Amino acid sequence: MATPIKVNRIGLEPQIYKGGKTTLCAGCGHNAISERIIDAFYEMGIDPRHVVKLSGIGCSSKSPAYFLGGAHGFNAVHGRMPSVGTGAMLANQKLIAIGVSGDGDTGAIGIGQFVHLMRRNLPIIYIIEDNGCYGLTKGQFSPTADLGSKLKNGVVNDLPPIDTCALAIQLGATFVARSFSGDKKQLLALMKAALSHRGTVMLDVISPCVTFNDHEGSTKSYSYVKDHDDPLEEVSFVPFFEDITVDYDPGTTQEVKMHDGSRLLLKKLDEAYDPTDKMAAMRVLHEASRRGEFATGIIYIEPDRDDFLRQLNVVDEPLARLPLERTRPPKAALDEIMESLR
Amino acid sequence: MSPTDVVSQEKTSPSRTRIVNDFSIQVATVNGSGSQTANIVLLRSILLMGIPVSGKNMFPSNIAGLPTWYTIRASKRGYVGRKKEVDFLVAMNPETAKEDVMTLEAGAAVVYDEPLKLNALRSDLTFYPVPFDKLVTAVCPDAKLRRLVRNMIYDGVLAKLLGIDMSLMEQALTKQMGKKAKAVVLNQAALKAGWDFAEATFTKQDPFHVERMNETAGKILIEGNSAAAIGCMLAGVTVVAWYPITPSSSLCESLIGYMRKYRMDKETGKATFAIVQAEDEIASLGMVIGAGWAGARAMTATSGPGISLMSEFAGLAYYAETPAVIFDVQRVGPSTGLPTRTAQGDLLSTAFLSHGDTKHILLIPSSVEECYELAIQAFDLSERFQTPIFVMMDLDLGMNNWMSNGFEYPTKPIDRGKVLTADMLKKLGEWGRYRDVDGDGIAYRTIPGDGLPAFFTRGSGHNDKAQYSERPDDYVNNVDRLARKFETSRKFVPAPVVEISKDAKIGIIGYGTSHWAITESRDQLLEETSVSTSYLRVRAYPFNEDMVNFIDAHDRIYIVEQNRDAQLAMLLKLELSPERSAKLRSVLHYNGLPIDARTVSDDILAQEGFEVAKRYTAASASSMTGGE
Repeated sequence: MATPIKVNRIGLEPQIYKGGKTTLCAGCGHNAISERIIDAFYEMGIDPRHVVKLSGIGCSSKSPAYFLGGAHGFNAVHGRMPSVGTGAMLANQKLIAIGVSGDGDTGAIGIGQFVHLMRRNLPIIYIIEDNGCYGLTKGQFSPTADLGSKLKNGVVNDLPPIDTCALAIQLGATFVARSFSGDKKQLLALMKAALSHRGTVMLDVISPCVTFNDHEGSTKSYSYVKDHDDPLEEVSFVPFFEDITVDYDPGTTQEVKMHDGSRLLLKKLDEAYDPTDKMAAMRVLHEASRRGEFATGIIYIEPDRDDFLRQLNVVDEPLARLPLERTRPPKAALDEIMESLR
Repeated sequence: MSPTDVVSQEKTSPSRTRIVNDFSIQVATVNGSGSQTANIVLLRSILLMGIPVSGKNMFPSNIAGLPTWYTIRASKRGYVGRKKEVDFLVAMNPETAKEDVMTLEAGAAVVYDEPLKLNALRSDLTFYPVPFDKLVTAVCPDAKLRRLVRNMIYDGVLAKLLGIDMSLMEQALTKQMGKKAKAVVLNQAALKAGWDFAEATFTKQDPFHVERMNETAGKILIEGNSAAAIGCMLAGVTVVAWYPITPSSSLCESLIGYMRKYRMDKETGKATFAIVQAEDEIASLGMVIGAGWAGARAMTATSGPGISLMSEFAGLAYYAETPAVIFDVQRVGPSTGLPTRTAQGDLLSTAFLSHGDTKHILLIPSSVEECYELAIQAFDLSERFQTPIFVMMDLDLGMNNWMSNGFEYPTKPIDRGKVLTADMLKKLGEWGRYRDVDGDGIAYRTIPGDGLPAFFTRGSGHNDKAQYSERPDDYVNNVDRLARKFETSRKFVPAPVVEISKDAKIGIIGYGTSHWAITESRDQLLEETSVSTSYLRVRAYPFNEDMVNFIDAHDRIYIVEQNRDAQLAMLLKLELSPERSAKLRSVLHYNGLPIDARTVSDDILAQEGFEVAKRYTAASASSMTGGE
């Protein structure tokens, strides 16, 4: 008897969630992120045919080719993926959008579009694969490079970094998290929680560049991040379709109810950290940064705010599929307009 | 300083013959003074008299306090292009009044604000002084509102002097004011005060008269931007992203108004569309591309500076083959240029917008009716050819009021182009996103969420399966197919409108708003100098074979354009043989004001060797200054 093929809750095999073979460097943190994306979509049972993968330009932006091969992908222009993603979601709000950007793609050329994406609360998972440098053009500093960090050739960065999480919170993003590409467990839980959030998820993943930014003097190297990672909470995500059997001590967990009915359980390591408190979130980011650490986990969440499509009061069906009789007003409408102009 | 490009002529004795329904009125005011209402009421009342009429606003790039001129032309022969000469001036702006008067031709008439004492300036004009402040104080007790109704007084004065039916003027006023009853009453009083004053004070001395005709039954008055917006709505647009820029903003703003009225779902009260004011023009086009890729009919509208910003995305849409409709309401460049003046200066740069080998389809409407029709067609073409379509309007067309026939309701079903279906997939066996199955360069696309095979869209090199490729043969095959697709489009884009005059040696080629000056110029050439001309009006790029046939059928071709560099001529020369290119001559007008017939006629006559009086100069050197 053949062993039964492993499938997920919607009956799809793991193979369907895989993408093309990666062309990134061996050991690149971006590949680990792609793997977590594959795991999260498989485990959550999301049909890749309903997913759109978007990216800008750079090493990070190549990665959508390496996961969810059955999904449509759009590798747009440098720093402008948010607008393309916005258009796609306006056209069809039933799609699930995942955008992958880098620190240069977001923090430099794309900062304008990033800012306005965060303001709109478009339903999209926006991942920054953050290595503090431009890998594809051989290692120049990016705007998230830390003050005083060193390039391989000894050049020191003397500009302050942009903290994309702090920026996103200030701009109104409703789900802001930071993680580390090497932290499988946390990253997977965050990805799954992200899939249950209706609104913009901003996920900054520190992802060391093994070729250009993994040396001593870099503040985004594997060894540096491992030593300075300060998890805010242990994240456990309970999808609404799973039996809920958790063993957290009620006194030390906080539950956040997601829009689809699932729950996010945050086991607090820090005594009074409340991810729904904007002020506290900003303080945590600043304090971690002052100590030269990265606060990881869900830093801020606001699960109930209307997403962009609701704000626009758009019909429930995808606009792209509306039949002509619903998008072309009748002759009487044109006649009425013409009469008003006579 | 005056917005005319006429140098005053000393004539011995102005003609006293009656001039009926064939003159222009220019109202000189300060912007922000509420003169627009008075001007539109005047315009519409002449239309209601049955006389073909046009209105052109020459305004500064400023909110309030700078000079503005509004020109209304009544033309019994139906000419709606700009007329260079001002016959009847309404001088309300102390700052420009003197120069406005000095640039008039002898025999013109002037209604002016009495304290300006303009009558001392010239002895060859007819002057009608009006004490506007005194009259407005009498009819408008509330001092704060006086500024807004003051201008309505000149409408009343003109109604009396020109012979415009007061009841029609009141009808036009009511239409303009809508339901604001108090405003209607106040303005009516001002209108009447002007009329009464003129009746009691003036003896008609100028030759200009308005008499009823029957040439405007059923006609509408509309700006090209609104016309294009109506077209977009009826084309079934669902996603609109835009960024405000003069002179295109009113396209999206009027679209918002129409959509909110006619495109809300009856059952749910929700919108069957999404309109987003984006953070800039780059994001606007990005959203349009994303939406078009995901199956929506999407558009944006902008002007030259926005087009420049969109360049990178335009190349992506061309190469990745996503539909997009982009309206370019052209203004004067380069750079910020003259934001409130008209030009046809973006043709060449838009045709090849973006780096690498990129070329785009352009549609070029001449009339408000074509703004409407070509807007609808633009969506069909962008989906048929899976490429951006640029609709090249200009400020004159987009922001001025034009008389037109009512628009026809579309009868053709919409064309969504080559979208793969499950049946087709079965028939094809294997599908490749960029595979030329039909030999016309157009491949079949799938749309995210449709359940059919997905593909990876990218601006980087790709093969016919949409896979990343740097192979020389893949690259060449792909860009050659794109060129083939562009060739196919020649047969699909709107054909030129050709009028052949038997035995004409001269052919005129024009496009866009130049059409109105050309039409009138052809009559001038024929009637004044017996020069017969044929005419080809371009409506799209790429051109079709009519162009070559037209050139072959004539000895000399004059290409009339509103830009410095003869951009259409340059586009044409890229495709023509040297023999054909040698026939081309240019008539160029680029001072920011709409082109007029006299300029076209004089330029053609001069090039044909006729003696042409040196009456005209380029735009007044003391040009309009101030403001941004």
